[in-house]
Amino acid sequence: MRNTTISLIVIAILAALAVYIVLPVPHPDWMVRSDAAGKPTPLELKLGLDLQGGTQVMLEADLPEGRELQPGAMETAKNIVERRVNSLGVSEAVVQSQGDNRITAELPGVSDPDQAIETIRSTGQLEFVDPQGQFLQQGMIINTTNRPTTVQDYLASPNADPSAAPYGERIFPTAMTGDVLRTAIARQDQFGLWEIGFELTGPGSDQFFAYTSANIGQPMAIVLDGVVLSAPTIQAAIRDQGVITGQFSEAEANSLAIQMRYGSLPVPLKVVDVRSISATLGQDSVNSSLIAGLIGMGSVFLFMVLMYRVPGLLANLALLIYVFFNLAIYKLVPVTLTLAGITGFLLSVGMAVDANILIFERLREELRGGRSPRLAVEAGFSRAWPAIFDSNLTTLISCAVLYVFGNQFGASIVKGYALTLGLGVVLSMFTAFFITRTFMRALLGNRTQRTKSAQTIVGY
Amino acid sequence: MYRIVEKRKLWFSISVIFVLPSLLFMIWSGITRGQLLPLSIDYTGGTVWEVSFDQAVQPAAVRQIFVNAGYGDTTVFTVNNDQTAQIKFKPVELDEKENLRQALEAQFGPLTEVTYRSLGPSIGREVSQAAFFALAAASILILLYIAWAFRSVPHPFRYGVAAVIALIHDVLVTLSFLAIMNLVAGWELDALTLTAILTVIGYSVNDTVVIFDRLRENIHRYRNESFAVVANRSIIETATRSIATQITVLLILVAILVLGGATLQQFVATMLVGFISGMYSSIFNATQILVAWDEKSLFHRSGKKPASQGSAVPA
Repeated sequence: MRNTTISLIVIAILAALAVYIVLPVPHPDWMVRSDAAGKPTPLELKLGLDLQGGTQVMLEADLPEGRELQPGAMETAKNIVERRVNSLGVSEAVVQSQGDNRITAELPGVSDPDQAIETIRSTGQLEFVDPQGQFLQQGMIINTTNRPTTVQDYLASPNADPSAAPYGERIFPTAMTGDVLRTAIARQDQFGLWEIGFELTGPGSDQFFAYTSANIGQPMAIVLDGVVLSAPTIQAAIRDQGVITGQFSEAEANSLAIQMRYGSLPVPLKVVDVRSISATLGQDSVNSSLIAGLIGMGSVFLFMVLMYRVPGLLANLALLIYVFFNLAIYKLVPVTLTLAGITGFLLSVGMAVDANILIFERLREELRGGRSPRLAVEAGFSRAWPAIFDSNLTTLISCAVLYVFGNQFGASIVKGYALTLGLGVVLSMFTAFFITRTFMRALLGNRTQRTKSAQTIVGY
Repeated sequence: MYRIVEKRKLWFSISVIFVLPSLLFMIWSGITRGQLLPLSIDYTGGTVWEVSFDQAVQPAAVRQIFVNAGYGDTTVFTVNNDQTAQIKFKPVELDEKENLRQALEAQFGPLTEVTYRSLGPSIGREVSQAAFFALAAASILILLYIAWAFRSVPHPFRYGVAAVIALIHDVLVTLSFLAIMNLVAGWELDALTLTAILTVIGYSVNDTVVIFDRLRENIHRYRNESFAVVANRSIIETATRSIATQITVLLILVAILVLGGATLQQFVATMLVGFISGMYSSIFNATQILVAWDEKSLFHRSGKKPASQGSAVPA
């Protein structure tokens, strides 16, 4: 009896915690995830593209025949795509590598796929900029003559960090654009230090010579899509070829050379998959699946009470706690909810109900067999366990297969479904065997005699 | 005790009737369309563009615009009082899509894009291959797990095989439904449908395992009874649970089917058929296969009365 009391207290605390997390109230900082800039983001249910509307684009390396993918090229491409996506001002855009030659970009709220694709595929603009005596650092975001609104656009995006753009309204003059470059490579000088050697095109070399000869001793910023890549000092007039030296690591030098060379992406990318869902359709889906879920669950609850009476009522209470556990975990992890994900969750509710049904049927059998309620509860649970465990494990196996399959192809539908169902199945075992059992023990545990009231309670 | 195991001939015949349409469809489709299943663009590549207009449009008129632009292989469905058109055609480039949008707007007035999906053919092929592997991998893993979980009874491997046969039965019955709906309403097997089928597999096995678990327990408890009698007893002992569980799952699925919005209808309907099939196959296929294997006869032989020894025991 003491154990049961302790268990009841633990359940009450866990349930209260889950309810607290699920409720849309402010949560303390330690409970909340921080974003990249260290800013805490409020706990909320993340909705997938199909529920809030948006666009998903999958890009694939499109290499000419016979050319191999350079190591690290996809990583660089991913970073560039990410930067461009952020320039769209999309909140919570997710850019991920898929396999070894694909990138997916999920853009919630972007309902015009055409614009998104244009932005992602556009070749980035490389510029040589006159810093006008200002100290420009790698990673700074600046306005240039060619892109006079870069800072403004950047600050409009919700994840913007104002300290990255210290020069606000100022527009730096563009001296030359990337088309003056013929090529750029990373290499080591005679002391083993990494540098970037570059060659200029015929017409470009005249331009470059004119500018560099007039600005010897001055810094010159190399800027891609408004972001400063490097700001070397001009040491001599450059006509055909030049060298950028600095404290580069091998990786930095390579990355800089690639970005200078391609102006943008180190590999050509083609769009292999686009899907876009309007926000209204998403909202309709949220509403209708919410109603469907509530009515579906309500009728299951009713069925359980009609079928199993008081234990059914206890199971319902346990299931309610189970629902809150699930939602709390969705918020904490966080799990992105999709339409399929919600279905997976509802199905796991079905599995959780099934576990209770298996137990109660066993319980009734044991009571019919003449056991006292206390023993019947224990026997019912321990006899039902192998069936529940084995059957749930086979479900988990197919969830795992689905998850791997979904992960490989950026099929977030399949992945989300497998995740919520799998999570639900694990939690359902916990709910049935810890929460429902504790409730049943508290209800029947001290009845060692077969009594009329025990019969009425269990309804066998 | 009602002797379910003696009516194997009937149970297997019913299964054959429901499995047959899928097989016939695959043969027919393989010959006429060059692919066994009505695969959606998730597997073949292509474009699905759903646009809504301020006025009702005729599918044929919408299609004509695409045919004129050189997309002969275009199909158009309209939904939502003919105001929304679902257009399926080949993958296109952006400027080409812009031209088509202008052509549509020129004829039918301003349009709103509801959904747009475009997938290259090579990735589609990869996805369908991976889907097949996912299905095969899930089946093999489940078979192995069951064989291991039932290692305490004689012939544990049979349990795995019987569960997997029941599982394949459910996949085929689900495909039968999909085949019929493909002919009637143009349904296709898309990523979500595949998810439904994989769920059906998980659930079907789940259900089979519950009966097998009772069998595992009863074999040790009723050592003097024949296998057929123990199997029959196990089915009947778990019958209430089977029915109760089925009702709760149906309650949830029907609620989503009726209220869950159009996006989920095909998904849930497919799952519903698969679940009913799964419930049937657990009782009337998987367990019966074990008995048939034990008696070394597909159908019940009247000469051998497996239930006679146990018929004195009350249910």
